[in-house]
Amino acid sequence: MPLLSVDSLQVRYGAVEAVRGIGFEIHPGEIVAFLGANGAGKSSTLNALAGLVPVASGRVVFDGTDITHHAPERLAPMGMTLTPEGRRIFGTLTVEENLRMGAYGVSDRAEMDAAWARVYELFPILFERRSQYAGTLSGGQQQMLAVGRSLMSNPRLLLLDEPSLGLAPKIVEQIFELIGVLRDQGVTLVVVEQNVAMALEIADRGYVMSGGRIVSSGTAGDLSQADRLQAAYLGAE
Amino acid sequence: MDLFLQQTTNALALGGTYALLALGLAVVFSIMGLINFAHGELMTIAGYVLMYCGIAGVPFVVSVPLAICASMVAAVLMERIAFRPVRNGSGATMLITSFAVAMILQVLFQNFISARSQAVLLPAFLSDSFKIGGMVIGVNKIVAIVATVVMLIFLDRFMNHQKTGIAMRAAAEDFAVARLMGIRANTVIAGAFALSGLLAGVAAVLWVSQRASVDPLMGFTPVLKAFIAAILGGLGSLRGAVAGGFTLGFIEVYLAAFLPPELQEFRDPIGLCIVVVLLLFRPNGLVPSSVLKAVKV
Ligand SMILES: Nc1ncnc2c1ncn2[C@@H]1O[C@H](COP(=O)(O)OP(=O)(O)O)[C@@H](O)[C@H]1O
Ligand SMILES: [Mg+2]
Repeated sequence: MPLLSVDSLQVRYGAVEAVRGIGFEIHPGEIVAFLGANGAGKSSTLNALAGLVPVASGRVVFDGTDITHHAPERLAPMGMTLTPEGRRIFGTLTVEENLRMGAYGVSDRAEMDAAWARVYELFPILFERRSQYAGTLSGGQQQMLAVGRSLMSNPRLLLLDEPSLGLAPKIVEQIFELIGVLRDQGVTLVVVEQNVAMALEIADRGYVMSGGRIVSSGTAGDLSQADRLQAAYLGAE
Repeated sequence: MDLFLQQTTNALALGGTYALLALGLAVVFSIMGLINFAHGELMTIAGYVLMYCGIAGVPFVVSVPLAICASMVAAVLMERIAFRPVRNGSGATMLITSFAVAMILQVLFQNFISARSQAVLLPAFLSDSFKIGGMVIGVNKIVAIVATVVMLIFLDRFMNHQKTGIAMRAAAEDFAVARLMGIRANTVIAGAFALSGLLAGVAAVLWVSQRASVDPLMGFTPVLKAFIAAILGGLGSLRGAVAGGFTLGFIEVYLAAFLPPELQEFRDPIGLCIVVVLLLFRPNGLVPSSVLKAVKV
């Protein structure tokens, strides 16, 4: 059974139709990449899944539950969360407070302790900087905090929107390494990326979006060869 | 010198009350972008509870918490009934809604209670005063200062150490992402209103204890002052609200005390001019909100 299945998803902002009826499935344990040029509708898709923007039509089912019109706050407790584009950490909160907010819905003491241990183990730098305001962190550290904050709710499905955006190559490598580690820890991942080569290297499968539609899909191996990938980027420019 | 110290005490008392009111406005504004002009009517409600308690002979130690609770409950109901339906509307829509709420409440007070000012029975000790050296200081002033300090400490603890308080700061910075964390929008907003009701209730007790009367329009002047204080401090910034409240209190009290008699008539306009000049130098307020309000999904 797929962990997430999406059927005819449509997202609109007023007259703008950002996502034009797409469908896909994510299976447990996978890393799935979403590729495509700027404005293709990738963020709109993830934001709609997470409930940040309303679904105009279509159906989203997570782990057997219809979440199409769920408010965003209901999803983290169900085991699905989004690390949004641009990190959007709470800059006026300390690192520790950011992480504490990530675990907002967790009430089980043992689960909470495990989440702290896991995040500080993955990101020792966050432990070092725990009482610092998050706004004072470097870009790479902020991205780690954004991912760490998402992990505090112990998600089974994590949606990552452009985690490597604007980061130095060395940090980008760390982020991709982290994605692999998370998969090994049993997290299913959907990753939106501009860095196509690296994304296809780590992903099992991928979807290519253009103009609000999925124009190509397949295994990472297939996609890295397909001409259609280039077409999707060039076509939308 | 004694006169100066005495006026400083008065300024602290008045500024503290403004600060509490401005904080109430700021807490709600920072989270939902609403300037709640009906905040003053929360004060009026608390004032009427004090009045009725006085008539019924309820002891002051009981009537004060009752009045504060009434203001909190009223604030939460206000959000439920009036502001929730327009939550996703523009700032202007919400602002006009708050005017409507204020006016409806004023009319209700006028028709069901009294259009005139009513006396509030207060314990005698509040109108006492004592002498330190050459200063004469009213007990009510000291009570106001102490109450303000207690509230500021409480608020600081709540916003920095309680999970709900931290969630309110997170929501003030990025509401959508706060919801992603599982922070319920309704809970934070209701919490913000409850907090603003608490602050308005305490401010009302202090306000009434300086005047011993309550009338249907009682809340208007202080909330207008609080609004000015909040702008002066930096709208949406909690530290700013405190700074703005005290600054305004000092400006008003010092002008009243030290302006020559022939200029006293122009006290309020002169005070506002000082505020405007301060804003010219610090357009974002004395302690600007560190959160730049960007339009985010
Ligand atoms: N909040 C918004 N309001 C209006 N249009 C938007 C908004 N967000 C995105 N869009 C539009 O929707 C389309 C898809 O954008 P987006 O989902 O951000 O694409 P991507 O993440 O693939 O770059 C673009 O044409 C963009 O201009
Ligand atoms: Mg995007």
